[in-house]
Amino acid sequence: MSGSAIVMMIFAMVVLWGGAAYCISVAMKKQVD
Amino acid sequence: MESREQWGSRVGFILAAVGSAIGLGNIWRFPYTAYDNGGGAFFIPYLFALLTAGIPIMILELGIGQKSRGSAPLTFAKLNRKWEWVGWMQTFVSFVIAVYYVAIIGWAFSYAYFSINQAWGADLGAAEGFFYSYLGITGGQFELGGIQLGVLIPVVLAWIIIYAALAGGVKKGIELANKVFMPVLFILIIIMAIRGVTLEGASTGLNYLFQPDFSRIFDYKIWVAAYGQIFFSLSICFAIMITYSSYLPKKTDIVNNGFMVALINCGFSLLAGFAIFGVLGHMAFASGMGVEDVAAGGVGLAFVIFPIAINALPMSELFGVIFFISLVFAGLSSAISINEAVLSGFMDKFAVSRKKLVNIYCGIAFLVSLLFTTGAGLLILDVVDHFINNFGIVFGGLVEIILIAWLFNLDSIKNHINPMSDFKVGPWWSFMLKIVTPIVLGYMAIANLWGDLTTNYGDYTTTAIVTFGWVVVVATIVLGFVMQSVSWKDQEYLSGDAFDKQSGLGG
Repeated sequence: MSGSAIVMMIFAMVVLWGGAAYCISVAMKKQVD
Repeated sequence: MESREQWGSRVGFILAAVGSAIGLGNIWRFPYTAYDNGGGAFFIPYLFALLTAGIPIMILELGIGQKSRGSAPLTFAKLNRKWEWVGWMQTFVSFVIAVYYVAIIGWAFSYAYFSINQAWGADLGAAEGFFYSYLGITGGQFELGGIQLGVLIPVVLAWIIIYAALAGGVKKGIELANKVFMPVLFILIIIMAIRGVTLEGASTGLNYLFQPDFSRIFDYKIWVAAYGQIFFSLSICFAIMITYSSYLPKKTDIVNNGFMVALINCGFSLLAGFAIFGVLGHMAFASGMGVEDVAAGGVGLAFVIFPIAINALPMSELFGVIFFISLVFAGLSSAISINEAVLSGFMDKFAVSRKKLVNIYCGIAFLVSLLFTTGAGLLILDVVDHFINNFGIVFGGLVEIILIAWLFNLDSIKNHINPMSDFKVGPWWSFMLKIVTPIVLGYMAIANLWGDLTTNYGDYTTTAIVTFGWVVVVATIVLGFVMQSVSWKDQEYLSGDAFDKQSGLGG
């Protein structure tokens, strides 16, 4: 894979799954509180 | 008036909403759309479309559904009695999708079984011949060719599962089904993604998917493709999210729920991209072809190309079963939500219980879906799917957004959802709904209209296009107005909490 393809792959993964993980963590924190 | 059913937990709602959003398109449409529209560069308009249209509309629909505690027709009627038809139009669009979607689930069921001995043959020609033979495909939409038993049996099986989920109710049926389907589906897609990226030649396939072609970033077509992918992927603008959110409790975090559903849905698509392009890369490597020769989307990918790609894999029988069962689970969780959106509309309108209505509804829907089990099923499905997506959903969404964002008091919706949400929606949300979304949807609507008025879709005959395309779309609108003219059996449904309409632009 080319370097730019790897960068775009990581970018998409971080935005989508990182964003989802952050939202889930906020929801779980609220549940614990 | 019976009290409204409610989800058993927030997790239950999220799983059901994610299950609705994740469908066949996430697996067979997204990877090819990304590849065909600039590869890695596609992710920029895709994420932009998600943030500027997908998530704002998702939050809007979750907000109005949860506030009105009603199906789409009831929600629109509560917003303005003259807008009820929009809810019905979206409901009938859902019905049309429901009756053909189940046929594709049936095909996937059959192919899971065919995977055991790879009945589709050894090359692309054989696989195509096998698929057409399985469908008993005829020469045109009006040459039905009789019901194909091999399609009918899995379709009946799919309807039994959908019926069981609907009859069980929100908590013990829909939520329970999704609590089983979603974890299994995620496990399957992770297995496929890991297997996909570890195959020989996978990196070539993934390179095709992610290699950015930034020269295309200024091509408006990839922006339209990105917005189209987001609209069709999130189960927005056709009654589902309004219906699902109507089963939420009175205090719930709308904004974060919207973000979670949208992000998990798109994250799933990305995993599917790893699986599909990893396997296609391996297929190209093993056969000496280029990835561009085997890359495809839709029915052709799932039932012709992918089976042959599967042949080349180690433990191919197992991978075939996993792939087609994941299509079945993704399809079923969506089909349940699509049917629930329709069922809920009629339950509210005629004040009839789920128990009484579900048998009649599933019976009628099953009978209509038989059309898609005939030899002309694929040909009819192709036309109906094209028109109901490009016009039913796009026009339904455009009317919805214009009415609510411009003629209703959007601030009252904002004031309802913000106090109970962790993330607040501000002016950006209103701007996206008032300006960005109508422009994009309006452009898509005009472009689609122009395209289909000037060229016959798929080179089908004009009679077929009119009968299964235009007539079906117009029927959803006409029936919307017919249903609006029918009075609500229990007027109490229209009372209860209402939005503050007074300070809106349109009053």
